[in-house]
Amino acid sequence: MHSPAQAPVTTKTNRRPALAVRGLSKRFDRPAVDALDLTVYAGEFYALVGPNGAGKTTTLRMVAGLLRPDSGSIAINGIDALADPVAAKQVTAWVSDEPMIYDKLTPFEYLEFVAGLWRIDARTAEARARDLFGWLGLEPHAHERCEGFSRGMRQKVALAGALVHDPKLIILDEPLTGLDAGSARLVKNVLRERVAAGGTVIMTTHILEVAERMADRIGVIAGGRLIAEGTLEELHRQTGKTAASLEDTFLTLVAEPGVQTVAAE
Amino acid sequence: MVWLAGHELRLGWRDWVSLMTAGRRNRARTVAIALIVFAAFMHLFAYWIVAGYADATVGSDTATLVGVTGTLVLSWSLLLSQAMESVTRAFYSRSDLDLVLTSPVSARKIFSVRMGRIAAAAVIIAMLLAAPFINVLAVLGGPRWLAAYGVVAAMGAVAAAAALALTIALFRLVGARRTRLIAQVVAAVVGAGFVIGLQVAAIFSSGSISRFAALQSHWMLAHAPDTTSAFWWPAHAVLGDVRALTAVVACGFALLAIAIALFCARFGDHALAAAGVSATVVRQRRWSLAFRRRSPPRVLRQKEWTLLARDPWLISQTLMQILYLLPPALLLWVTFRHGDSYVVLIPVVVMAAGQLAGGLAWLSISGEDAPDLVASAPLAAGRILRAKIEAVLGMIALVFAPIVAVLAMDALIAGLVAALGILASAAAATLIQICFRTQARRSQFRRRQTSSRIATFAEAFSSIAWAATSGLAAAGSWTALGPALAAFGILVGVRAISPPPAR
Repeated sequence: MHSPAQAPVTTKTNRRPALAVRGLSKRFDRPAVDALDLTVYAGEFYALVGPNGAGKTTTLRMVAGLLRPDSGSIAINGIDALADPVAAKQVTAWVSDEPMIYDKLTPFEYLEFVAGLWRIDARTAEARARDLFGWLGLEPHAHERCEGFSRGMRQKVALAGALVHDPKLIILDEPLTGLDAGSARLVKNVLRERVAAGGTVIMTTHILEVAERMADRIGVIAGGRLIAEGTLEELHRQTGKTAASLEDTFLTLVAEPGVQTVAAE
Repeated sequence: MVWLAGHELRLGWRDWVSLMTAGRRNRARTVAIALIVFAAFMHLFAYWIVAGYADATVGSDTATLVGVTGTLVLSWSLLLSQAMESVTRAFYSRSDLDLVLTSPVSARKIFSVRMGRIAAAAVIIAMLLAAPFINVLAVLGGPRWLAAYGVVAAMGAVAAAAALALTIALFRLVGARRTRLIAQVVAAVVGAGFVIGLQVAAIFSSGSISRFAALQSHWMLAHAPDTTSAFWWPAHAVLGDVRALTAVVACGFALLAIAIALFCARFGDHALAAAGVSATVVRQRRWSLAFRRRSPPRVLRQKEWTLLARDPWLISQTLMQILYLLPPALLLWVTFRHGDSYVVLIPVVVMAAGQLAGGLAWLSISGEDAPDLVASAPLAAGRILRAKIEAVLGMIALVFAPIVAVLAMDALIAGLVAALGILASAAAATLIQICFRTQARRSQFRRRQTSSRIATFAEAFSSIAWAATSGLAAAGSWTALGPALAAFGILVGVRAISPPPAR
């Protein structure tokens, strides 16, 4: 593993789908995700943006195996995630906006727990854990209980837990929420490094600048449907605003007639 | 001040409603009906308990005064326990502390009102709990009994004052970090200790579980003060003595006022210290500083055991459930010690196992603090659940193995029956928790009983049924099949009415 600070940022993809979602639907009291098609290629950083209640979190929770879709298919690295969820989860990591860790465990114990769940060889996992602690600045706190940690620290522990089993696909739901500038930069660097090393990242974010700077491709979701997708330039072309920021393009896209949001998230 | 008091009372009311309805608005009507039924039942129960005492009059004999005073002290210990819980909660819930301390209102005023709210809650709870007994006595013995409401209100005020003083003393003695745990344990012990102590005394003095047996013993009556002593004022007040009532109410509320005046300035400092507790660092020592090779089910079980072992509050809360079973166990032991005593000891142990397993199963299955992590792990849901069940049964085995071992050494069959009963009772309670599983934080453990009352009752009845089965089986009776069938019936019923798992 390279140090994230030295890692080159890549925008190349080798066109092998790391995630292929077809006709994905989920309904609560109203449709939250509506026949969604989405492809994310291996080695790609994909940002999913959309207004509140657009279906972003529901989509990612279904991909991570936390919610069962009403219909559709999900393939992760060619594995049918609905038919063989255990195999799909083996190569996937999930990080939510609310870091869910155990207050009474230390980061060291938390990572040991995660490595055990993913059946990672103890020595390999420990070496990775020490690398991650170093990169994320957790080393001095590795043997302190998480109960005293700030939100940023907790999010870093959760991220370390997600990376300790070396996932092929990392799914992040608003991972930068509540992080200070330093912590946010660390997290972004670690994610960039993962992509540089051939991993795939799919992330939702409300911070359009992050999507603009980090993502190879951006998907815009509204009303449970993918209404636009592509590189930043491609999105600009779709709206005819070539010199605009992603924010302008995004607002134009979601303001188009027929685009509705639901409150199911 | 008045506006602030209104605001505090509104918050208190909403908190109570949320506790009763488990945060679900559509439950309000059901809860209201349940409360009415409960109130009616309590009045019937009160009639059964106190109807015979309605004729007691002012200037009664020592036996009556001892009985009334003992009942008051017993009730007060429960009020003190409740008040300590409230005070500790008020200190440790950060909630609006920042807003309050940055507002342009005197902190002394704000904390005086907050302490007043705690006291008001203690007084209201005291009056509500006493109401059925006082109402029955007033109907049967005349309106003079209504004076008891005043005494109960004064008791609530004194309980709140004592709780404030005790908690603040704990802050000064042991610091903010340890106060929460110690205060909660003290509260639980105060609440349970007096009841259990009286019952144990009653069992040894007359072989009865009644608290009143100890209060009416010869020793107690011989050592009681003279009937004209000020010690009996609360008892005289309850019996309708207006002068005593005035004195008791005045003293009670004066004590509360003094406590508020003395402690309101420190309340803010201690609340701030308590809010900062979570920011303190706890370093964890380990035998080995290397990752250990373990299977996924084993890491899940180990995680459950580690989390429980590191949370003394949860340990005290779970073990407290079986503390109340000690007096009946002792009574059964004392009563039957010359005969086949195992027959009566085994049901108590089996029931305790069921109750403990229910609490542990809730913590392990519903109180998962990282549900997304566990659910996104490459493990079949069934395997995760199985590992959690194993964690619960492992803890039950750890607690009850010594008892079973001692029994088995003396009487092998009794030990075997006890082991099977414990296993069945614990497994049934765990299955009930699985059927009614929900997603909650471990810190919400105390609210688990209001989130699903069906699960709570099913768990209790199942434990009772398995206790009866084990007792009868240990006695060699075929009638053991009856409660065993009932226990299975409870499980079938629970399975039928439990909500479908979330998808």
